[in-house]
Amino acid sequence: MHLDPWILTFSLATVAATVWMGFWSARKSRTAHDFFVAGRSVSVGWNASAISGEYLSAASFMGVAGMVMKNGYDALWYPVCYACGYLFLLLFIAGPLRRFGAYTIPDFAEGRYDSPVFRKIAVVFVLFIGFFYTMPQMKGAGTTLAYIFPGLPYWAGVLLVGAVITVNVALGGMKGITLVQAVQYWVKMFAISVPIFVLMAVCGHYGRQIEENGGGAAPQIPPSLNKTNVVLLTKDDLEGLRKASANTVSRITKKPMPEKAPADSTWLNPFGPLTTKAAKAAKLSPEESKPYSLLYTYSLIIALVCGTAGLPHILVRFYTNPDGAAAKRTTMWVMILIGVFYLFPPIFGVIGRNLLPELYAATGAKGTDKVVLELPRMLNERFPGWGSVLSGITCAGAFAAFMSTFSGLLVSMTGALAHDVYGRILRPRSTPEQRLKAFKVCAVIVGAFAIVLGMQVEQFDINFMVGQAFAIAAASYFPLLFLSAWWRNMSMKGAAAGMLGGGVLALAGISLTSFSDLKWLPLEAFWTGHPLLRILCEQPAIWAVPLAIMLMIVVSKLTRREVPVDVRMKMLVLHAPEKLGLKQEYIQEHVQAH
Amino acid sequence: MLLLHTTIVHKPAPVGQDIHSEEFLRRLMRRQLRLSIICAATFLIALLGLPLVNYFFPELMARRIFGFTLTWFILGVLFFPLVWAIAWVFIKKSMALEAAEVREVCAAEVERMKLKK
Repeated sequence: MHLDPWILTFSLATVAATVWMGFWSARKSRTAHDFFVAGRSVSVGWNASAISGEYLSAASFMGVAGMVMKNGYDALWYPVCYACGYLFLLLFIAGPLRRFGAYTIPDFAEGRYDSPVFRKIAVVFVLFIGFFYTMPQMKGAGTTLAYIFPGLPYWAGVLLVGAVITVNVALGGMKGITLVQAVQYWVKMFAISVPIFVLMAVCGHYGRQIEENGGGAAPQIPPSLNKTNVVLLTKDDLEGLRKASANTVSRITKKPMPEKAPADSTWLNPFGPLTTKAAKAAKLSPEESKPYSLLYTYSLIIALVCGTAGLPHILVRFYTNPDGAAAKRTTMWVMILIGVFYLFPPIFGVIGRNLLPELYAATGAKGTDKVVLELPRMLNERFPGWGSVLSGITCAGAFAAFMSTFSGLLVSMTGALAHDVYGRILRPRSTPEQRLKAFKVCAVIVGAFAIVLGMQVEQFDINFMVGQAFAIAAASYFPLLFLSAWWRNMSMKGAAAGMLGGGVLALAGISLTSFSDLKWLPLEAFWTGHPLLRILCEQPAIWAVPLAIMLMIVVSKLTRREVPVDVRMKMLVLHAPEKLGLKQEYIQEHVQAH
Repeated sequence: MLLLHTTIVHKPAPVGQDIHSEEFLRRLMRRQLRLSIICAATFLIALLGLPLVNYFFPELMARRIFGFTLTWFILGVLFFPLVWAIAWVFIKKSMALEAAEVREVCAAEVERMKLKK
């Protein structure tokens, strides 16, 4: 494949615009406050766009389309639950957390339990989940650059993109990043929607494209018509005939499927290849494997919904709102913005299945993952040149996707390192200038580390790594935040036990399956003998989340005496309307007490 | 606003009606949690119900609607507006709830001032 000038132009423009915006807003952010929480003065519209921009990562932009193309219906849970997780955040966590008013999750952990030890544990978790989530972004960067510049080594792409973002964050901090991310949301939205509308106008709309896949309910000539003695045609028969004929006409556009592609019926209907993999490996019949498939689906839903509510880089953003009401309105807008966005990637997957089935033959970044980048080029056959322009636009969107998510992660991890490790643990008496400098140094350290990690993960799957981060967040942060906000009898030991227990066990389960998939552990025979265990290890949320909650409750009951004495006041601050001004009172009391 | 703020912060309020009482916190949290749980339940019935319907009524869910299968149409298209609707109702109600809480506290405060005089 040769270097396409349009694709190159659009991608370079995105990178250049990102760098320029970073420098431009760097001049506007001066104080430490600006760097950590954007001065808490970001308007609802900007903040909602920025959160959405940060959230729609390489996995959402490229991965979801590829997954839908590869696995069909089951993969639809990903975009839906990515969007729905925000509802949980809004219902149970966003309001209380914002009223409590702390810079970061570790701040919340320490404030809620009066425990510097717990702060350290929380910092470690922020960094840990953050690095897990940066690796797939780096992988997305490396593979997209390899697509644009055929022949460029994977590591060079990672290095280039990583360095650009690191410089950006070090110069602009949170405020610079807010602007960049907000703009990048709209770049992504434009990049995913415009090519889709053009493709649908040329090749047939969403529903028609799905209709191409006959599946279990394939329209056939009604059986009653085959009997010669039938003279009456019912309305249903006529309808069936019409559909059957429409289908034979439209089938012309659908290319023949290669062997590796899933069959129409398994692709189109629930409980398809994604959720039945373990049961199939155990050679169970389709009927026997259905309950396993249902279990897998539920575990996936829990991981994605609870994981969204627990991702640290998303939570930090709630602190950039001026007040709790604005935080709620922001969440509403975020849901609308990402909900609209998530309508589109599955359409890429569906059209890709019909028009680009040759992608099924390869795996990973060379396979269905690049359907978003590759599909618009199909239009070159009918409108020379325009396909490349549209493909350039989607490449720009892909750039915006991994750049904005990586910068958001970098800000939250740098914040944890500079604010918590340096500002609170190492040098509590440092001046604001020193902290500002520490922020910049930490950004470079974290960025460099993320680049090195990103170079190691070339053979891992983008979506798999994102799934890991979600499952771990679901089993650690979500129970912590949920119970801390709503259950007053929680002790620090209970919180820590649940968070560590849930998170570490979920990680262990996931690692077991991934190590055996990479052939580092000889577990293949074991998994085929125990499909249930395989599912529970691969998708641990269904047991890890309840386990974490149980641990928190049991250990808190055992250490009842260690529940903070002023827990009633803390709960009041978490729940009473901000207009009552309880926070200031709480801070005054706290200062006197210490 | 500032006036209200200073009143609450600096005057030790009598036990019973005041915002530092156990009763006030309990009611505050219970009302908020009730609203959150009702909204979450509506959403969870749809989210967790769909796999069950897929499981027990596969033919029904494979029916075609605008070319989609019914279940694809529900999950891939209709789910987003549902979530928006729930979020919108929750935000409306929780803001009304907060306003009511503030009003109640103010009213109680005014009552107490009158009694003192």
